[in-house]
Amino acid sequence: MSTFIQTVIVGLRLGSVYALIALGYTMVYGIIRLINFAHGDFIMVGGYTIIFTVPLVLALGLPAWAAVLAAVAVCALVGMGTEIIAYRPVRKKGTNMSALITAIAMSLFLENLAQAIPAIGPNPKVADQIFTAGGFKIGSVTFEYTTVITIVISAVIMIVLYMFTQKTRLGRAMRCVSEDKSAATLMGINVNHTIILTFAIGSALAAVAALMYMAQYPRIYTTLGSDLGIKAFVSAVLGGIGIIPGAVLGGFVVGLFESFTTSYISSSLADAVVFLILIVVLLLKPAGIMGKNVGEKV
Amino acid sequence: MLEIKDLNVFYGAIHAIKGISLSVGDGELVSLIGANGAGKTTTLHAISGLIPVASGSISLAGEDLRKVAPNKIISMGLAHVPEGRHVFARMTVEENLRMGAYVIRDQKLIAKNLDMVYAHFPRLKERRRQMAGTLSGGEQQMLATGRALMTDPKILLMDEPSMGLSPLLVKEIFSIIENLHKTGITILLVEQNAKMALAVADRAYVLETGQISMSGKAKDLAEDDRVRKAYLGA
Ligand SMILES: Nc1ncnc2c1ncn2[C@@H]1O[C@H](COP(=O)(O)OP(=O)(O)O)[C@@H](O)[C@H]1O
Ligand SMILES: [Mg+2]
Repeated sequence: MSTFIQTVIVGLRLGSVYALIALGYTMVYGIIRLINFAHGDFIMVGGYTIIFTVPLVLALGLPAWAAVLAAVAVCALVGMGTEIIAYRPVRKKGTNMSALITAIAMSLFLENLAQAIPAIGPNPKVADQIFTAGGFKIGSVTFEYTTVITIVISAVIMIVLYMFTQKTRLGRAMRCVSEDKSAATLMGINVNHTIILTFAIGSALAAVAALMYMAQYPRIYTTLGSDLGIKAFVSAVLGGIGIIPGAVLGGFVVGLFESFTTSYISSSLADAVVFLILIVVLLLKPAGIMGKNVGEKV
Repeated sequence: MLEIKDLNVFYGAIHAIKGISLSVGDGELVSLIGANGAGKTTTLHAISGLIPVASGSISLAGEDLRKVAPNKIISMGLAHVPEGRHVFARMTVEENLRMGAYVIRDQKLIAKNLDMVYAHFPRLKERRRQMAGTLSGGEQQMLATGRALMTDPKILLMDEPSMGLSPLLVKEIFSIIENLHKTGITILLVEQNAKMALAVADRAYVLETGQISMSGKAKDLAEDDRVRKAYLGA
């Protein structure tokens, strides 16, 4: 029984990280119908920003996790810059395919740029302890602080994000732009600003995900984004890409399946099971668990 | 109120609008009629800044609209009910209406305009919590119109409000248009349903492959032989 509960908790922890990242994929897809391949690499950017700012933050007498503030700022800037410099010009002139290729190019660019920076280089780096080590026990189940903090913070962020899109002026503008750009313009919404804001939020979430990930696995390398990004992307597609609650659900489904496969079958099969679930779901419901089957909008 | 001179619009190599000029006076209801593909929607899109204009001038109450960013035009008192309604399907009726007042910050004014729209369209009030995507075509047209009224605009552009509606609903939509006109709002109405469009309008223009072929009092045009043959099926 305690193994089961432990497995659920690990699944929720993994799931919250995947969900935070999946939100970035889904928000951007929702607003410009682009799979932002560079999104995974924003996590890497956030990760290195945290590694480099932790000593600074500690020297200021702040807790290590405060480095996430720098990562949020850097990631938001990188996300907005990617949209303004790379995606927007291609969207204006090019086709969906050229936009997709630009996104792949952006991903490779960020990974290679990171390797070329001497302070980063090709070898993995190890992060400091981020949250207080240890944990507490309830019965025979151990709750690590890191795990609890990850799940709680992620949940809070997701609720705040949902309220933002439902209840605020900017959030509503975002939903309008994702539904219908010309109608949104007629309402007086600045479509380009709204898209930039979406990139900023999605990328900031990637920075938070980087913190949560490093709190658990304090090793970071330049292609981390591709590895973590692919599972989050699967989560977004599984839940129904473009749908915010879908990304959260997809993240938890992937996290739980990964955790259960690791505990009860074999850790080497975990990824295979995740992709198997994806295939099965897409065969049964091509638009994802929460998606509506209305045919691809082009 | 609205003045267009020598307007030219291209889609790549296609010359869609070929130097048209038209005007809509204060409080007037002007219809722009023409066959499918004549360039009616393109003309409205040019006015609202949704597509780039090659040359010509568009002015609203003396101000050059071509210099105004597309999303700022609504703040100048021009609202546009697009062809095909374009309501926000995944939002409720009331959220859609509130989006119509996106540029207004004064909550009291928004509430007042919402009441005004609900007074025009009691059916929208009944359905205010329903998702817009689940409304019927006629209700969506009312919603798109109500949404455009949420800024209490000086001029309303309407693109084929009767498209795809049953004859009974077409009548209802046109009587709504007449009522709006009576309240003093200026309207530029684009229609393929020439009969109804000429019946409600003060003046009208006939658009043929990007050029204005005829214009004048709506009453006179409705009696013109060429118009009757080409657009009224007589
Ligand atoms: N996005 C577009 N790209 C290329 N051609 C277009 C586009 N939109 C409209 N057209 C062409 O411009 C002409 C006018 O179209 P439109 O303004 O939609 O006509 P109407 O509203 O009178 O039916 C048509 O020949 C149409 O094929
Ligand atoms: Mg049209």
